[in-house]
Amino acid sequence: MTQVIIETGNRIAGLACKAARAEVVAAYPITPQTTVVEQIAELVEGGKLDAKFISVESEHSAMAACIGAAVGGARAFTATSAHGLALMHEMLHWASAARLPIVMAVVNRAMGPPWNIWADFSDSLSQRDTGWIQFYCADNQEIFDTIIQAYKLCEDKRVFLPAMVCFEGFILSHTSMPVKIPDQKEIDDFLPPYNPPWLIDVDNPLSHGSIVYPEWYMEFRYFMYEAMENAGKLIPEIDKEYERRFGFEHGGHIEKYKCEDADLIILSMGTIGSEAKLAVDNLRKQGQKVGTARVRVFRPFPKDEILNLSKNAQMLTVIDRQVSYGMEGPLHTEAKASLYSQTNSPLIAGFIAGLGGRDVTMHDIETMVKKSFQYLKAGKVEKEVQWIGLRE
Amino acid sequence: MDRLEGVKTMATLKELTKEEYFLPGNATCAGCGAAVAIRLAQKALGPRTVFVVPACCTSVIQSAFPFTAFATPCLNIAFEAAAAAASGVVAAYEKKGLKDVTVLAWAGDGGTVDIGIQALSGAAERGTNFIYVCYDNEAYGNTGFQRSGSSPYGSQTTTTPTGKKEHKKDVPMIMAAHGIPYVATACISYPLDFVNKLKKAKEMVGTKYIQVLTPCPPGWRYSTEKTIEMGRLAVQTGIWALFEVEHGRFKLSSPSATLIDWSKRKPLEEYVKAQGRFNQLTPEDIDEIKRWIDETWENYKRLQLNV
Repeated sequence: MTQVIIETGNRIAGLACKAARAEVVAAYPITPQTTVVEQIAELVEGGKLDAKFISVESEHSAMAACIGAAVGGARAFTATSAHGLALMHEMLHWASAARLPIVMAVVNRAMGPPWNIWADFSDSLSQRDTGWIQFYCADNQEIFDTIIQAYKLCEDKRVFLPAMVCFEGFILSHTSMPVKIPDQKEIDDFLPPYNPPWLIDVDNPLSHGSIVYPEWYMEFRYFMYEAMENAGKLIPEIDKEYERRFGFEHGGHIEKYKCEDADLIILSMGTIGSEAKLAVDNLRKQGQKVGTARVRVFRPFPKDEILNLSKNAQMLTVIDRQVSYGMEGPLHTEAKASLYSQTNSPLIAGFIAGLGGRDVTMHDIETMVKKSFQYLKAGKVEKEVQWIGLRE
Repeated sequence: MDRLEGVKTMATLKELTKEEYFLPGNATCAGCGAAVAIRLAQKALGPRTVFVVPACCTSVIQSAFPFTAFATPCLNIAFEAAAAAASGVVAAYEKKGLKDVTVLAWAGDGGTVDIGIQALSGAAERGTNFIYVCYDNEAYGNTGFQRSGSSPYGSQTTTTPTGKKEHKKDVPMIMAAHGIPYVATACISYPLDFVNKLKKAKEMVGTKYIQVLTPCPPGWRYSTEKTIEMGRLAVQTGIWALFEVEHGRFKLSSPSATLIDWSKRKPLEEYVKAQGRFNQLTPEDIDEIKRWIDETWENYKRLQLNV
């Protein structure tokens, strides 16, 4: 029976790991992810989760152990943040190139120095090209549902890639919210046991990951590229199936709010997307036709959905909680790239906001929208990248 | 060697299986010591063994896709990650209730004593039930023989062109300090000793660490037919000692046991003069290595006599 509980994002991630019946969890503590690991250790030691918990000595080893577990035939889970994710970098490539459906909660936090433990997408977005599927959540319900959906997606034979389920440190990780936890039997029905097409198995010996010469290497990479394309097609299908079974969905690739008739659409990720809804309501009261679209999946990037979104809108206001030094916010770049093939594209203005956990309020968002409308009126974006809320 | 209860150690090599798990088509250099170690390990541990191999000569030796020279399954993994990945495989098998499979991390000295020591130490501290073998050719052989923490004093490598200024890192003793049930050293020139140590390790629960010396003709610079001879000289001169630390108890293995009396050791010169990597050693350098050997053996003596 569906239960409603009130819990923090981290506790919800731990409960989703349990509900997904993860069999091996290898993790190392880092703020603000720590309570995920603590809870999993508690669940395993308390006999409530029938899994092996490996309390590794680093995040690099956490991912290496997840890789070992997955090739041994176990459903693997881990969680990390910021520097922990950066330390894993090499093994992130290994996990995806080994085609292992590992799911990882990434509790987004800023990279140092200076030390900063608060929300920022600089950790996960700098892992863009590691071959991991990347989801971004806006509330605790979405964290639970996305972790379950991620296993379903990753373990699909057409995909077999790992996924990060990202959510912002403290804003979600340490904030309690009501969450509906579906009946375990129904989750089991939606997510059957892990059944990999190959294993490291003495009864069917094979070598995995041995040297591949240039005449074969590209084919391996093409299969990954294709798998990521397949993931793009499956994400909305799985979200719909989840809705059919459990009653809620999150919009597939993009959660849209009042976009149909909007002249201007605010594009963002994570909790800024929730705040943007408040800004939209407020601006609509003032007679401005504004909508907001929250990108839930950064890889595979929803190019077509962005393109469709911009068919009617004349202006896109992109908010990034991360900056790519020497360029702009990553979402800004990807949105522009998605529109390149279209003539009469809307104007796009990029805003850098909320780095290192700085609040992004609905008023900040309204400021960005007002600035964007000025650009629209002038017919050109005077300043492509603007930092919001900087100290004078 | 002590007979562990229930462990079938062998009296002669003739008892070793005739079955081959290391197949033709492998890509070793001529006279490769590591190849001997692989073949013996596979025979000693049998086909229900999973190799976990980080970047090292064995990454190449097993040969390239779509072929493999291993009849046993093998997971290749990143350089520093052998022990951690093996921990994951062990956890998966434990979860599945698979009890008769041996998980064997198989790493070179660079992947063990340098870049992989953190993961190895972590796995040992957690009591991970696996065997970790470091096959030690005393440098980064696969990348053209650069210095590792395991290279001996005075040896030339491509990054110590005038000879290494530091002594070899004592990783077997570092592993013994973890309080794991079994640590052993071995050398491919003493196959019976190596095979029996593997068989013993297989029967024990917890982390087992074996460091096997595998002479390397292109790196050590001697003629390829002399690999076994080089390993023998290493043991006979006392620069490499064979021992076990079983549940904390130190014991020299028979090829080394008599050498506690230094007069029974062959002169170090016979070993170093046979290898190009030592050809620039001065008499003072040789004295320094001898001093180090004496100091190391004083420690073995104390441990052996338990004083």
